[in-house]
Amino acid sequence: MMLKDRKALFERDMDLEFMKEVHGIPGGDAIKRCIQCGTCSGTCPVSWAMDKSPRQIIAMVRAGMRDKVLTSNTIWTCASCYSCTVRCPQEIKITDVMYILKRLAMRAGQKKAKAAQVFSKTFTDLVRRYGRNQEAQLMTRYMLKTNPLGAIGFAGVGLNLFRTGRMPLGAKPIKDVQGLRRIIDRAQQLGGEG
Amino acid sequence: MSYIYYPGCSAHAGGRAYDESIQAIAPKLGVELKELEDWNCCGATAYMNVNEVLSFSLTARNLALAEKENKPVCTACSACYTNLAKTNVYLHKFPELKAKVDTALAEANLTYNGNVETKHFLDVVVTAIGLDKVKSLVKKPLSGLKVAPYYGCQILRPLSGEKDPENPVMLEQLLEAIGATPTKFALKTWCCGGSLMGTNDAVALRLCRNLLMNAVEDGADVIAVTCPLCQTNLEAFQPRVNAMFGTSFKIPVLYFTQLMGMAFDMPDRSLGLARSIIPLTVRSKPNPEVRA
Repeated sequence: MMLKDRKALFERDMDLEFMKEVHGIPGGDAIKRCIQCGTCSGTCPVSWAMDKSPRQIIAMVRAGMRDKVLTSNTIWTCASCYSCTVRCPQEIKITDVMYILKRLAMRAGQKKAKAAQVFSKTFTDLVRRYGRNQEAQLMTRYMLKTNPLGAIGFAGVGLNLFRTGRMPLGAKPIKDVQGLRRIIDRAQQLGGEG
Repeated sequence: MSYIYYPGCSAHAGGRAYDESIQAIAPKLGVELKELEDWNCCGATAYMNVNEVLSFSLTARNLALAEKENKPVCTACSACYTNLAKTNVYLHKFPELKAKVDTALAEANLTYNGNVETKHFLDVVVTAIGLDKVKSLVKKPLSGLKVAPYYGCQILRPLSGEKDPENPVMLEQLLEAIGATPTKFALKTWCCGGSLMGTNDAVALRLCRNLLMNAVEDGADVIAVTCPLCQTNLEAFQPRVNAMFGTSFKIPVLYFTQLMGMAFDMPDRSLGLARSIIPLTVRSKPNPEVRA
């Protein structure tokens, strides 16, 4: 019987490699201690917008359900507020778990990852270039790449920021931008991701 | 008291008023801030989406530069603060990660030995300087001004140390010290959405709506914030919130440092008050105590 035809998940369906990848982050082993108490889901200020609650995501990671986890909107709804991490009685770094899931989804080229991927890519390109983030360039480039029409809604916000001197347009790199780039390239290589 | 000051990228953009007001009040408080030479972006929340070692290496470069100065680092941006504190703890706790970060830093002839203490400016003011000193500087108490004390997320988490991440009171104590009245503000530690405002604005706008509603219901005249991203989301995006939810919020959102400067009777200009999109007109407001 095909996997999609049955509801029960068999042991042989578990993606063990997926679990290993999640366990591999610093302190990632803690996820094995999850008692499914749901404190994370009850704490999360954005769980109402998630298709799977943080508790479910952790259970699904432990069941090796790679595709279902990486296609959920949960990982892209997490705002990195760390509330769950503060409250987890088992000291699971849930925010960090969401981060590794985001990275895995991006690497797998998940569709839902696109907006966040473009945002992160635009951000990291700017930092590589100048050493610092340039808010005006970040928002303009990001909006143009993802949602040029939606940019109209943001135009008023941008105009207000510009009017109050909060959106400088010029940018120049930090002094040792070359050294920073060498750090970035090496770290990227050592991280073995993206 | 002397600190290495890490302004963070927002200090020169959306959060300019924060930086300006900090530079204005710090000398009064007896805090010497020396800007970290050639600092780089802390990576915010975007880098963790890309590469973990890279994310920690970026922050470690700043810590390595600061270590040469042999002083604690102070920042006022909550996202920068979380990244600095988190990197410190993780490098200490996870030797494998530290080895990789060390190798990356070596590319720019830098080393980090893990000896830099990291502080948020709010903590410096309340804990290191103390409220007695703050009170002694108050010339024009903000009497009658109701202020919603908004902490947001990252200043309290995940490594809040001695502070109480569930019910912090530092900001309320500070507001009382400058004569203002802090409101209850039940959502004071709830998230503003952070960078979701860019990637998932439907969610972020709703979070901001909830916060604005809570502040207004409590009768707040102004929201006090401790983070440039919270400020931008709550103030600059207020018209967007109104457009989306049919509300008519028009509540000013100021940095706690601006409110302190106002109580110290410093000129508006030095506090970046003209950078408010929704200005607070407290100085023209009759003081109820005087009126009575």
